[in-house]
Amino acid sequence: MPRKPRLAVFKFASCDGCQLSLLDAEDELLAICDRVEIAHFAEASSDLQPGPYDVALVEGSITTHEDAERIKRVRADSKFLMTIGACATAGGIQSLRNWGQIDEWVGSVYPSPEFIRTLATSTAIADHVLVDFALHGCPINHHQLVDILVALAEGRQPRVPSHSVCLDCKHRGTVCSVVARGIPCLGPVTQSGCGAICPAYDRGCYGCFGPSQPANTTSLVSQFRSHGHQTEKLVPLLRSFNAAAPEFQRASEQLVILGTSSEGCRS
Amino acid sequence: METPISPLFIPKPHLQLLLDELRRRKYSVVGPTIDQDAIVYGDIHSVEQLPQGWTDEQAPGHYRLKRREDESWFGYVVGPHSWKKYLFPPKTTLLSAEKTESGWQFIPRSADTTKFALLGVRACELAAMRIQDQVFLDGPYQDPLYRERREQLFIIAVNCTQAASTCFCTSMKTGPRCEKGFDLALTEIDSGFLCEVGSERGREVLDAFISSARRASEGSSNDANSTNENVTSLPILDATPEQLRSAETARQQAVDQITKHMETSDLPGLLLSNLDHPRWKEVGERCLSCTNCTMVCPTCFCSSVTEVRDLNMDRVERERTWDSCFNPDFSYLGGSLVRNDTASRYRQWLTHKLDSWHAQFGTSGCVGCGRCITWCPVGIDITEEVAAIREGTLP
Amino acid sequence: MTATRPTLHENPWYTHTVRITDLIDETEGVATYHLKFTDGDAATAYEFIPGQFNMLYLPGVGESAISMSGDPARKNGWIHTVRVAGNVTKTLARLRRGDTLGLRGPFGTGWPVADLVGTDVVIVAGGLGMAPLRPLVYHLMNHREQFGKIWLILGARTSDGLLYPCEYSAWQKRDLEVILTVDRATADWNGHVGVVTQLIDRLQLPRPEQTQMVTCGPEVMMKYAAMSGHRLGIDAGRIWVSMERNMQCAAGLCGHCQLGPEFICKDGPVIRYDRIRPYLFVEQL
Ligand SMILES: Cc1cc2nc3c(=O)[nH]c(=O)nc-3n(C[C@H](O)[C@H](O)[C@H](O)COP(=O)(O)OP(=O)(O)OC[C@H]3O[C@@H](n4cnc5c(N)ncnc54)[C@H](O)[C@@H]3O)c2cc1C
Ligand code: SF4
Ligand code: SF4
Ligand code: SF4
Ligand code: SF4
Ligand code: FES
Repeated sequence: MPRKPRLAVFKFASCDGCQLSLLDAEDELLAICDRVEIAHFAEASSDLQPGPYDVALVEGSITTHEDAERIKRVRADSKFLMTIGACATAGGIQSLRNWGQIDEWVGSVYPSPEFIRTLATSTAIADHVLVDFALHGCPINHHQLVDILVALAEGRQPRVPSHSVCLDCKHRGTVCSVVARGIPCLGPVTQSGCGAICPAYDRGCYGCFGPSQPANTTSLVSQFRSHGHQTEKLVPLLRSFNAAAPEFQRASEQLVILGTSSEGCRS
Repeated sequence: METPISPLFIPKPHLQLLLDELRRRKYSVVGPTIDQDAIVYGDIHSVEQLPQGWTDEQAPGHYRLKRREDESWFGYVVGPHSWKKYLFPPKTTLLSAEKTESGWQFIPRSADTTKFALLGVRACELAAMRIQDQVFLDGPYQDPLYRERREQLFIIAVNCTQAASTCFCTSMKTGPRCEKGFDLALTEIDSGFLCEVGSERGREVLDAFISSARRASEGSSNDANSTNENVTSLPILDATPEQLRSAETARQQAVDQITKHMETSDLPGLLLSNLDHPRWKEVGERCLSCTNCTMVCPTCFCSSVTEVRDLNMDRVERERTWDSCFNPDFSYLGGSLVRNDTASRYRQWLTHKLDSWHAQFGTSGCVGCGRCITWCPVGIDITEEVAAIREGTLP
Repeated sequence: MTATRPTLHENPWYTHTVRITDLIDETEGVATYHLKFTDGDAATAYEFIPGQFNMLYLPGVGESAISMSGDPARKNGWIHTVRVAGNVTKTLARLRRGDTLGLRGPFGTGWPVADLVGTDVVIVAGGLGMAPLRPLVYHLMNHREQFGKIWLILGARTSDGLLYPCEYSAWQKRDLEVILTVDRATADWNGHVGVVTQLIDRLQLPRPEQTQMVTCGPEVMMKYAAMSGHRLGIDAGRIWVSMERNMQCAAGLCGHCQLGPEFICKDGPVIRYDRIRPYLFVEQL
């Protein structure tokens, strides 16, 4: 039996939800502990051992100078670096600041803004260091995380399906909300992973798992516009947890350029 | 029992007795019902669950449930579901593996004993079932689950009395009239259904149903399971010439409402000889590669197998799920993807459905049900795409 | 056309347990596995046509299509030569003698052994493409008198990749001309360097119209080999290629392996070149 891989979990700007989903996987957690040595996981244990690590799970985005430096050290300490969740993989909901005036916000939120030192942007880990594997989702699907950890522990190449949410939506027998109700849904351009929950509850997909491969946002957005959906509604749809994922960012910026004109433009 | 030569007339409320008869014979009756703002296929215990008084409005990328002016029970066209989900379920366990002292043991899935009775199968859907029969039963290997379910299947077809703007069964020569492949076939007219018999099994069920209807109308039924309190005392008789004429008119109405057309004279051939047509790239820019068209298509049969394991790997199940040539991973080969852009995936779909299917199975893979047109989130229309390829082709 | 034999079980998903009885390292990352049914009843049926394949199953990891590489006449087990590619083959490579795995098969068409009778045969193999051709070579050797001249042109990246080297002399002795080439010469190599097509081009075929070509290797290699064969006068209807596509069912039920109108699992893997040629040259089909 080869030595158990050493696992570390690191947090950057994030809500902890993804790390917690690992703790949530109670049933599997014990079995995982059998296979990997958890060397550094602040949420779970105060015993934080130094690197090097075989596998680093990185949650959260880069929003401060300090974090921009810290992630480089994490990378240097880790053989396999995997981002978990929308923040680490695409910048998260906090990347909305990328389109705003950070100084104004800081000024309006904090009583002493001079003590706040932050970057003007929230960026994905991959914008700073090489990422070996990206696990999407806000929050991630813990079954996928467990599968990946097991694959790594067993020396296999991890893999998650990359198809659109629509495939899962159809497996469930859900009636398409775009077609039958005219609800804008990001399912066709979003990667599977959630099990297509929202359309089954009469909601369009919010894109939590980020852009699928390919994500033809141009065609989908133009269809939504031709259905009469307003730019003011569509831009926030594209700018949520994965606002700064390239395909979603491009689409929302195109929409802004097209302005508030709600006339459809069927391609 | 005497064999009815001409169609029988079944007064509307009696349909419940037919459902009861099927349930008595241990069939799970499935048919049209309203759910999630659409007419879908689900379990039916009572005729009350049928979409009485409802219809659908369809166009590319568009479906709306609408109130009808009358109380028709089958006054809709085809919806987001297809019957394939019963014979070829979206998820099935194929086998399981168990680790034992002496190594891996493989346990085949146990035979499936579910008997389905499908209520409301349209002509194009009968054709689709014949096509899936060829795929799953007529090749060198049969799919066991499909075979088990198919052998037990009871089919009550319903002739269309209207068509959607997306229907083109007339082009594909699959409808709208149900001609074969059913046990019983109904045509809805004002006060009831004309019923034709298509098989021995159909006749048997019909005869039993007639007896129970007779008992019910004589008021002598004391079958506690049946929900026939409001069954009228109307008898089941041969259809009158007038009823036959109304049925014919109703069916003709569907034919007259079909406006969509697909030219098939140069299929097969047209698409496989236009593999480098510029239209593929153009449609590839509109298509989302979302898989919806293939999921709703009643003939698409593609699937993938995945491993479902517990962490200790003492037990593993092999699960088969619907897959699609629009899923990029579908063409995975040795670390890369054969069809690596949406244009090539759209080309696979269209050439398979309309062209190479002929070489594989001797028929078109499309029955003209129009589902892929309606349920494409961006309204891509298969008939327009073929026409565009044809237009750009030098004769 | 080539014949298909039914699987051992009418249910194509029926998976047998097999045990590794022998394990031979061939070259870096390539090993030959001898597998035997653990179920005595199944053990009587080790029949296959050269060119056919089995699906090997590693529970929890997945399945892979792997050709038979043993002698079809010796019905005492399954022999497979496997290269480590991805997860399934990597996991397989970690197994040892005595371990068990799953197997279903045999599937697919085989080499057209009946059509080859009375003709001269050019066998062209690239790298691991030799594995599915070895059963054919055995068959030709077992019935040497039925066939005319036989050439085996075998190419690999380096000499390490030339499979089954210790058998060449036995084949030569039975009047099969073995011609070897490598893409890149290493210190130990003093033979031919270059692609297989150069060697095909040099063949002197005494009766091209009575000659058939069978080839297995990377797709580009087979395309060029077929073109060379064609130039020598071997008509496309007498050239046979063995294709590879993703396979999930191996039984014509899952749709994965389609290439144009062909299901590589049931219409192939061995397909006559004139049938597959129109689709071989189309990108991303
Ligand atoms: C007819 C035939 C005969 C063959 N004979 C031999 C032989 O004799 N010897 C030999 O060594 N090889 C042979 N091969 C090739 C062999 O099947 C592949 O190299 C092998 O399947 C690789 O499996 P793997 O798990 O190691 O690799 P992987 O590339 O990991 O593939 C394993 C399976 O996982 C799935 N998969 C993995 N990643 C993805 C992804 N990103 N997207 C979608 N699906 C994915 C695929 O379904 C694939 O089948 C043959 C192939 C065919 C078709
Ligand atoms: S509801 Fe959304 S996810 Fe579901 S099929 Fe429609 S577009 Fe796709
Ligand atoms: S291709 Fe479209 S129209 Fe044809 S059968 Fe499939 S879903 Fe119906
Ligand atoms: S069109 Fe695509 S999904 Fe449908 S049967 Fe053909 S290959 Fe499969
Ligand atoms: S044709 Fe329409 S439904 Fe089909 S994959 Fe493309 S966008 Fe999706
Ligand atoms: S591998 Fe499933 S159809 Fe060929």
